[in-house]
Amino acid sequence: MSEPKSLFEKVWDAHVVKRIEDGPDVLFIDRHFIHEVTSPVAFLSMEQRGLNVLYPERTFATADHNTPTINQHLPVEDPLSANQLAALETNTSKYGISHWGLGHYKNGIVHVVGPENGITLPGMTIVCGDSHTSTHGAFGAIAFGIGTSEVEMVLTSQCIMQPRPKKMRITINGKVHASVLPKDVILYIISKISASGATGYFVEYAGDVFSDMSMEGRMTVCNMSIEMGARGGMIAPDEKTISYIKGREFTPKGEAFEILEKYWATLKTDEGASFDKEYVFDASDIEPMITYGTNPGLGIAISKPIPQPDEVLDGKASYLKSLDYMGFNVGESMIGKNVDYVFLGSCTNGRIEDFRQFAAVVKGRKKADNVIVWLVPGSHQVEDQIKAEGILDIITEAGFELRQPGCSACLAMNDDKIPAGKYAVSTSNRNFEGRQGPGARTMLASPLVAAAAAVTGKVTDPRTLLN
Amino acid sequence: MAYDKFTVLISTAVPLPIENVDTDQIIPARFLKATERKGFGEALFRDWRYNNDDSPKEDFVLNNPKYNGKILVAGKNFGCGSSREHAVWSIYDYGFRCVISSFFADIFRNNCLNIGVLPAQVSDDFLDKIFKAIEADENTHIEVNLPEQTVTIMATGESESFAINGYKKNNMLNGYDDIDFLQSLKGDIQTFTATRPF
Repeated sequence: MSEPKSLFEKVWDAHVVKRIEDGPDVLFIDRHFIHEVTSPVAFLSMEQRGLNVLYPERTFATADHNTPTINQHLPVEDPLSANQLAALETNTSKYGISHWGLGHYKNGIVHVVGPENGITLPGMTIVCGDSHTSTHGAFGAIAFGIGTSEVEMVLTSQCIMQPRPKKMRITINGKVHASVLPKDVILYIISKISASGATGYFVEYAGDVFSDMSMEGRMTVCNMSIEMGARGGMIAPDEKTISYIKGREFTPKGEAFEILEKYWATLKTDEGASFDKEYVFDASDIEPMITYGTNPGLGIAISKPIPQPDEVLDGKASYLKSLDYMGFNVGESMIGKNVDYVFLGSCTNGRIEDFRQFAAVVKGRKKADNVIVWLVPGSHQVEDQIKAEGILDIITEAGFELRQPGCSACLAMNDDKIPAGKYAVSTSNRNFEGRQGPGARTMLASPLVAAAAAVTGKVTDPRTLLN
Repeated sequence: MAYDKFTVLISTAVPLPIENVDTDQIIPARFLKATERKGFGEALFRDWRYNNDDSPKEDFVLNNPKYNGKILVAGKNFGCGSSREHAVWSIYDYGFRCVISSFFADIFRNNCLNIGVLPAQVSDDFLDKIFKAIEADENTHIEVNLPEQTVTIMATGESESFAINGYKKNNMLNGYDDIDFLQSLKGDIQTFTATRPF
């Protein structure tokens, strides 16, 4: 009997081309996603070195970070954004890389369209010049964000040099309340271990709560692994994973699929495998969450007051600076705080389930007059589903409009910026200072909490609207 | 493409005693729209450094003429968040060659090493000593010695070692980079690729 291995070790070890003594592993990358913002310099540098793309069929491109979310049929107004989109078009066509640009029917956020099209499969290594690449770990893949130098490495050699991270397992057993969404679960975890608590680790999520989750929910959780510093997070593939990927465009078919299914069945942590760090939480302790500070670790149950400095893991000075930026005080309740903007979307919560949850709350209600609400699907496929399921009718009836796919207000590279000083309840992943626009104040939450804010105009416990 | 070699750096340092500085603070997303790697130094800490009307914020350390140097000393968990290498490009273009902190985010650390900025991680206590030394005298020189893997406060002689793996250390000492190294493994990589199931 060989040494028991974790899921992470099985996948990592299967991709090591070479181990460097007292150095990183040379890790083979099965799938590489690129977008318009972090790839142009990599192509340029590659050409300056006189190198070529080694395996163009292993790289997939989509435009998402700075694309507009209205009037996508018109030319992009911002010349710098238009320039980046043109560079992506030129680079991909020059090297034979498939490109789903603005206007393409498969266009959308890279971490939404990858899984949607069966490009993401269990047991793969997947990288992208975007830290939320951790999303793809939901399928039992090792997926993580990289810098532009590493994008160039993958283009030119299909490998990167990576020190092997330590192993962490986070187990949550039991059942969560219906009002507690995957977003609440991950915000809860980060609030418990801090924005840097998993730095240096690769996380495996285990237990009932993750088994019970849909693939969309698992993607939400794995997406935010980076927000506690982890390189990535992963969940062992199961029947849900297999049935999600089966039949999608890039998923292997027939006999090839059956052979892979047998391999995928081995992708789980062996009994007795060791972890460098383990956390165990109880599902019943998790409530709908909201953040009140300027890093994703500063979150609390929506019904709780803003903690005292000695109750948080951050240093006191940084903590008080964070509250000062938000215009909040220690001990205040979050419930009832004014909300100016609501954003539903991003690679964290821009999938069909998120729109279903939002619709469940706003159905039969009306948009509050004091809020501006941006509802941005993660892809055209999500957009089509929203229409097909009648969700568009529900949200339109409630006074909301649906925008076109893209990263949008998550990082505000396009025009979807929250103005200085304004408060946003956002389903995205980062509440950093200025993340959603210079001076913007972000409260991260689930699609249910976002919906409750959208119809009440203030921070509202969604449980009061669901009964 | 080779970058600057790094051996021993002796310089004054700029203190930024704030924790959890994320890469959105180092360079906000709206400055990521270039298609070439140049001119990022001006965007370094843009929203902490300038007001909305582009006038400098006088209370920010980079606008304080007292503080200069090639070393940035920052609070723990520096460089968390977005993977944008632009953050390191802006630090480099501004003129820093080394960042000292008691904790670095993983992707940021890799990005630093890939372009030749040394991330030197010291203990919380030693970081505090460096901050205090700079506070006491802004002309305090810090020595960052890569061959010896040490950070030393020159005025007091207090020193601490930092970790870096042998491969990356050799790269930095010689100005080598991973892209060139990976090209030398192309045969191995092609053989490996043939075994992949997908």
